[in-house]
Amino acid sequence: MAEKEIDQISGIETTGHEWDGIKELNNPLPRWWLWTFYATVIWAVGYCIAYPAIPLITSATSGFLGYSSRAEVAKEITEAKAAQAGMLEKISASSLEDIRKDPELLAFAVRGGLSAYKVNCVQCHGSGAAGGGGYPNLNDDDWLWGGSLEDIHTTLKHGIRFQWDEDTRTSEMPAFGRDELLDTAQINDVSDYVLKLANLEHDQAGAERGAQIYQENCAVCHGEKGEGDREQGAPNLNDAIWFYGNTKPEIARQIHTPRHGVMPGWQNRLDEATIKQLTVYVHSLGGGE
Amino acid sequence: MMSTVFDSVDRVDVEAVNSKERRSLYKAREKIFPKRATGYFRTLKWWVMLITLGIYYITPWIRWDRGPDAPDQAVLVDLANRRFYFFFIEIWPQEFYYIAGLLIMAGVGLFLVTSTVGRAWCGYTCPQTVWVDLYLVVERWLEGDRNARIKLDKAPWSFDKVRKYTTKHAIWLLIAIATGGAWIFYFADAPTLLWNFIYFEAPFVAYSTVAILTATTYIFAGFMREQVCTYMCPWPRIQGAMLDEDSLVVTYNDWRGEPRSRHRKKAEAAGEKLGDCVDCNACVAVCPMGIDIRDGQQLECITCALCIDACDGVMEKVGLPQGLISYATLRDYNANVQGIVSPTTWRSFIRPRTVIYTVMWSLVGLGMLFLLFTRDRLDVSVLHDRNPVFVQLSDGSIRNGYTVKILNMRIEHRTFRLKLSGIEGATMTATGFDTAPSDALDIAIGPDKVRAVKVFVKASPSNLTSPSETFIFTVTDVGGDETVSYEAKFESPKKSIGQ
Repeated sequence: MAEKEIDQISGIETTGHEWDGIKELNNPLPRWWLWTFYATVIWAVGYCIAYPAIPLITSATSGFLGYSSRAEVAKEITEAKAAQAGMLEKISASSLEDIRKDPELLAFAVRGGLSAYKVNCVQCHGSGAAGGGGYPNLNDDDWLWGGSLEDIHTTLKHGIRFQWDEDTRTSEMPAFGRDELLDTAQINDVSDYVLKLANLEHDQAGAERGAQIYQENCAVCHGEKGEGDREQGAPNLNDAIWFYGNTKPEIARQIHTPRHGVMPGWQNRLDEATIKQLTVYVHSLGGGE
Repeated sequence: MMSTVFDSVDRVDVEAVNSKERRSLYKAREKIFPKRATGYFRTLKWWVMLITLGIYYITPWIRWDRGPDAPDQAVLVDLANRRFYFFFIEIWPQEFYYIAGLLIMAGVGLFLVTSTVGRAWCGYTCPQTVWVDLYLVVERWLEGDRNARIKLDKAPWSFDKVRKYTTKHAIWLLIAIATGGAWIFYFADAPTLLWNFIYFEAPFVAYSTVAILTATTYIFAGFMREQVCTYMCPWPRIQGAMLDEDSLVVTYNDWRGEPRSRHRKKAEAAGEKLGDCVDCNACVAVCPMGIDIRDGQQLECITCALCIDACDGVMEKVGLPQGLISYATLRDYNANVQGIVSPTTWRSFIRPRTVIYTVMWSLVGLGMLFLLFTRDRLDVSVLHDRNPVFVQLSDGSIRNGYTVKILNMRIEHRTFRLKLSGIEGATMTATGFDTAPSDALDIAIGPDKVRAVKVFVKASPSNLTSPSETFIFTVTDVGGDETVSYEAKFESPKKSIGQ
C-alpha cells in the first residue's frame, strides 16, 4: 500500500481492507494484552528450562527441577502407604475377632479387603462375590469348608486342593459312574434319593431303591440325611443351595463324574495383613459365622 | 457573592470526562478525580461504608458456643466438613436449598430496591463503590482534593510526587491484602488461620485466595474504578428493565435549571430569563463516574447522589432553593416539565409492582423461616446392593443387602432405632452388630455425624408377593420424637415367590 489511509471519524489508520464500504481500523493491540503475551513467552522459556519439555530421540530433556509425573505418582503411593502403615500394623497384631469387634479396624479391613478382592478374587468369585458356575457364592450362609473367621482365613491362606501347598484342604469324591462303582440305574436311583433329601420333586420308587445305595456309598461323607461334612468339604445335600445344579440330570452327572473346585492358596502371594483384611471382608458379606 | 461561589469550585478541567459530547469509543480512558462532597447523602454513605466494611471484617471473629463437638465461629463455611454455620443455624449440604432461597430473596430484593429507589445497591452498598470510596479517602488524604490531585498528576516526576504515589500505592496494597485476608477467615477458624497464615503454615489455597483477592481489590478499586461499573458489571445492563417511570433516580431538574448561566448578574441585567443552574460544574467535580448529570439519566450513573449534595451546597450559597438536582421519578419530572407542580414523595414507593415484589420476597422469607424451624435434624437414605441383588440362603429364604445411611444432624450423641415393616417375618442383621436377627436395630451416632451401616434383610419367599416387594425402613430417635422413613425394595428370584 502506497500511502496510509486515515479514517475520517476516528482519525485512526485503516488496514486498507474494505467490505461493502466498511473499512477495518488498524488499532494496535491493547497494551495489557501485549504484555500478557510477552509474559507468557518468557514464562514458556522458563518452563522449558525448569520442566521436561524438549523431546529427544529416545528420551526428553529432564529440566532443572528434575520433575517427572512417574516420580510424582511413586511419591503419592509411598505417602499413601505410609499413611496406612499404622492401621496395617494394628491389623497384623490383632486377632481376627478383635478386628471384627473394633469399628475402626473393621471399616478399614473391609475397605482394604474389598480392594484386594477386586484384584485377586473377582476372576472366579465375581465382583459381587456371588460366584456362579462352580465357583462358590461368598454372600450366602452355605460354606463347604466353614464360614467362621478362622475357617475363611485357613481357606484363603492354603487354598483348596492347591497342590503347591502342603497344608491345603483336599478331598475327592469318587467317580461312581466313570469308574463303574455304580451302574446307570443305581445312579438314577440315588439321584432320586438326593432330590428327596432336599425336598425336591422326585420319583418315589427310584428314591426308595436309592436309599440303600446312598447309605452304603454316600452317607460317609454327605451324612445320613445329606447334611454334608465341612471337615471334608462335602456339600450339604438337603439345603436350597446347589453348586452344580439341582435337577436330576445335573445331580446324576455329578455322581457319574464329579467336578472339584480348586482355589489357590495365597500365603505366598499376599502378606498376612492383606489376607486378614480379605478374611474380614468375606466374613462381612453376610454369611459369616 | 457570585465570585466566592466560583472560587469554591474547581475551574480546572471542569468538563465531565464522560459527558455526552466527549464520550467516544475510540478514546483511551481519562482519569477522574472526584472532589470530596459534603452533605446528607455523603454522610449516609460514610455510615453505609462503616457498616458494610465493619460487617465484612468483624463477622469471622464473632464467637458462638456450640459445645465441644462443633466449631465456635459464628459464621463459618466449613468446606472440608461440608457444613455451613450461621449463628444458631447449621446447614448440611443436602439443605443447600436454603442458599438457593437466600439467592432468590437477594434477587427479588434487588428488583424491589431498584424499582423503588433506583440503583441504590450500586451507589451505596456495592463492594466496588465502597472500596473505591475507601481508596479515594487515602488518595485525598495524601494528595489533597481534586485540584491538587489534577495538578500533581500533570506535574513532572519529582521526589515529592514519587513519595506521594509510593505511599498511596503501599496503603492501597495494605487495604487490598486486608480485604483478601478477611475473606479466608470465613472458611476456617479465624484465630487459628491467622496464626498459621503469619507463620506460613496455612494451606496453599489460603495464600492463593488472598493473592487473587488482593490483586482484584487493588486493580478494581485503584485503577479500573468506574470502568468496572460501565464495562464489566452486568447489573447496569439489567437496569433498563428494572426501572420504570415511578422509580427514584438522580435527576437534574432542567425545567428549573435551564437556561443555565455562569454570568448571572450580567445576563439578568440584560433582561434575559435564566434558570437556577449557575453552571458551576460542582456536580461534575464530585462525580466518581465522570459524567455530567445535566445530560440526563445515563448508563454510567450509579446514583451515589453526591451531585445532589454538591448542588444543594451551591444552591444554599447562592440563596436558591435546594433540589435542583434531586431524587425524582420520571412521572414527577414529566409533570414538572409540563408545569404541574409535582414534588416527589414516598407515595411513589407503593404501587402494584413494588407490592408484588414485597409479597414475593416475604413469602420466600416466611417459607424459609417455616422450613428452618420445622426441619428434621435426622435423615436416612438407603442404597440397595447392586451386586448381588439378592442372595439365596441354605434354608431357601432370600436375603437383600442395603447400605443404610443415617444422618444425625444435631450436635449431640443420639441413638436411633432402625425398624423394618411391610414384609411378614422379615428380620435383619448388620455388619459390626452382634445382635440376633430381628426387625429392629439400635444404632448410636456421634454428634453431627453420618453413619453408614451395612444391613442384611432376610425374608421367606412364602411371605413375598412380588419379585420386587416394597417395604419401609423407619428411623426413630430413641428418647426423642423425630422419625423419618424410607421406602425400599426387596428383590427376589421370580421362581421362588410364594414358595
